[in-house]
Amino acid sequence: MSKQAAIELKNITKSFGKVVANKDVCLTVYKGEILSVLGENGSGKTTLMNMISGIYYPDSGHIYIDGKEAVIKSPKDAFDYKIGMIHQHFKLVDVFSAVENILIGLKDDNRYNIKASSEKVKKICEQYGFELDLSKKIYEMSVSEKQTVEIIKVLYRGADILILDEPTAVLTPQETEKLFAVLRRMRDDGKAIIIITHKLNEVMALSDKVAVLRKGEYVGTVNTSETDENKLTEMMVGEKISLNITRTEPKDPVKRLEIKNISCINREGVTVLKDISFEVKSGEIYGIAGIAGSGQRELLESIAGLQKLNSGEILYHNPQTNKTENLRDKTPVQIRDLGVRLSFVPEDRLGMGLVGNMDIVDNIMLRSYKKGKSVFLERKQPKDLANKIIEDLGVVTPGANTPIRRLSGGNVQKVLVGREIASSPTVLMAAYPVRGLDINSSYLIYNLLNEQKEKGVAVIFVGEDLDVLLELCDRIMVISSGEISGVLDARTATKEEIGLLMTKHGGGDK
Amino acid sequence: MANIQKKTHEPLFHIAKRDSIPTLKAWLIRAAAIVIALIVCGLLTMLLTGENPINVYASMIEGAIGTERRVWRLLQDLAILLCISLAVTPAFKMKFWNIGAEGQVLIGGLAAAACSMFLTDSLPTAVLIPVMFIASVLAGAIWAVIPAFFKAHWNTNETPFTLMMNYIAIQLVSYYCFVYSVPKGSGKIPLLPKASWLPTIGNNDYILNIIIVAVITFGMYIYLKYNKHGYEISVVGESENTAKYIGINVKKVIIRTLILSGAICGIAGLLLVNGTNHTIASNTVDGRGFTAIMVSWLAKFNPITMILTAFIIVFLEKGAGEISTMFGLNSSFSEIITGIIIFFIIGCEFFINYKLVFRSKKEANSK
Repeated sequence: MSKQAAIELKNITKSFGKVVANKDVCLTVYKGEILSVLGENGSGKTTLMNMISGIYYPDSGHIYIDGKEAVIKSPKDAFDYKIGMIHQHFKLVDVFSAVENILIGLKDDNRYNIKASSEKVKKICEQYGFELDLSKKIYEMSVSEKQTVEIIKVLYRGADILILDEPTAVLTPQETEKLFAVLRRMRDDGKAIIIITHKLNEVMALSDKVAVLRKGEYVGTVNTSETDENKLTEMMVGEKISLNITRTEPKDPVKRLEIKNISCINREGVTVLKDISFEVKSGEIYGIAGIAGSGQRELLESIAGLQKLNSGEILYHNPQTNKTENLRDKTPVQIRDLGVRLSFVPEDRLGMGLVGNMDIVDNIMLRSYKKGKSVFLERKQPKDLANKIIEDLGVVTPGANTPIRRLSGGNVQKVLVGREIASSPTVLMAAYPVRGLDINSSYLIYNLLNEQKEKGVAVIFVGEDLDVLLELCDRIMVISSGEISGVLDARTATKEEIGLLMTKHGGGDK
Repeated sequence: MANIQKKTHEPLFHIAKRDSIPTLKAWLIRAAAIVIALIVCGLLTMLLTGENPINVYASMIEGAIGTERRVWRLLQDLAILLCISLAVTPAFKMKFWNIGAEGQVLIGGLAAAACSMFLTDSLPTAVLIPVMFIASVLAGAIWAVIPAFFKAHWNTNETPFTLMMNYIAIQLVSYYCFVYSVPKGSGKIPLLPKASWLPTIGNNDYILNIIIVAVITFGMYIYLKYNKHGYEISVVGESENTAKYIGINVKKVIIRTLILSGAICGIAGLLLVNGTNHTIASNTVDGRGFTAIMVSWLAKFNPITMILTAFIIVFLEKGAGEISTMFGLNSSFSEIITGIIIFFIIGCEFFINYKLVFRSKKEANSK
């Protein structure tokens, strides 16, 4: 092939303290090609891309651009080499319009001439088929629109090499299709595109080549046409593992939690939950699907006693006393005092479920430290429990006294889930419990949830991976913009059905 | 491929974050920082004054611990600074930026002074001292709890709030000193009646203060590390959301902690006014409410380490003061010296958290 290499990485190594994030990674991307960088979370994909875009500097190794060695010390250097990165978390100014965000920071004579610049931006949009209202402010935009702004921003700066870090994580299936169409058009235009992802189906659908990383090491590059999902999974995880999640039939389900017409208006006056009613039975996993930010967090937090409601009731049927308690407007302590054994694995592990700077023992103690009349803390039992969780769940840590923030995402989650199920709950709520986890840890979490289900716990599972929701849950409720758009039987529903429900009621793309 | 020619435009070094560092190494870095700081100060002194730096340092040590009296004075100042540092610690650990220790100490001192001026004649010493103690503790606590209450209920910003409370306290003391000044209008109040001074142990004027602060230090260490309240303070400080999630009443913890913080400031005020100065003026606290913040931070909020950091700061201040008098320099010079040393002490934290990777070293590693 007479293709020209746009960027070539040779033996790139980068470590953070003792952790080697990238070891001897070699990559080549040709012009007019889409390369997927595939790897589990923590395999060093983002670190590698950050070195190309000048955020980190490699400890050793070389980067060649257009055949010449390049030294990328800062994002500005990356820019001069025509490399543009679209980060997972957008870096936009909320109160500025799309055009203003695109022009911001440019040293171009036209930068104050919004009209002339808008024309130029419009041309780019037409060329690649973006649909965007340029005068719209960022805070009024949907996630997909914000992403579009980010992409146009780097194109406007003349980028020839585009890096997209998990671009589809926040998009609906329909929006993903749109994005892929745009990316293909850019490829045909001769741009080199690198997309970071861990979704196999997207890799297969979009890319020409796939480079696989495993635990910071470079495994190899294959042509997409010559491989399949199983082979790629094997490369990613090193061994073939079954993608099947076991699912048992719920055993004598009884009504455990009954949500009746709850509505919630947040501090900004936005209705985040609107007239939501559903019931969760014991011994089932009740899935909740929806685009991120459709009210999932508020829903779980209102059940946990962290969110004030404007109307409705949350009824809990206590299996021991056969009494029904209304949990609405109760604090977490009051809920516990009622004898409701409610466990909650929140979405924001280190910001809400755990304290990063505390060690494992002190984090385990969060739930139980108040026990006992003594004014002093009792660390013996929490320590035993911590050691038990470390052993049972295989938490990789130097010891029980290691600060949580030093652990990897998967191990942090094991500690959190371990603590929450240690109190033998009757209701277990888990929000995105496998987000950022590698495959093995994810399966461990699925198994733990299944174990709880078999014990007769009512499990509420908020997830983003539709395949997992369909395989793990018994029923799936789809919410969109704070409203229920449908409840499906997970055994018969399809991904397309859920995808459509997720965008119903004007959610997502407006 | 280490044999590829390195280009000259590669950066000389780059900064890499350290994962963790052995405690011994961290302390070696800190010690090195102090040594380098002393060398820089020595050079500066020599260049500006022509004195032999060895003499300068000798007089610095002389000034701080040269005589028995000086050692006691140093310990006394250390005790007061440490006491205020301990007071701000729980608030800072909770990430409540209480920069109002200056005012809290002063208002505690004012309460003590007022008690001694108006109650000494009517109360026996054995009753007066506890009354004074309660008054100072209450005054300090009230001064701290006002911003805490507003923070807890309306989420006001505590930094300007506590800062403004300082000025109110200073002006109140100025006004008080003016009204009760002798001679009238001089703005200075006379020595407090002797019956209201804190008792001395043996013939030593200093030892009571030191014992009280030692007890507070130990108590604070236990409180923060082993008490349930201390644990709640850490959780609230690290993440308010986690605190709410596990059902800690955040408002209550904020208010309770600031009452404690203000109460200890009040004790510091009592020690300063009735145990040390035996009078009060608007500059009685003399910036220690702010220096204490630095002492507390440098010790990473550990009360035991705080003894050391407070010692370093007091030692430097005393020593630098001596240099300026000995060599006929004005007091600004001692402040320059203190400034340089503190700059190095704080600056070395960078090298504890990060390391510089140099070009040549990097190549050696990659082989």
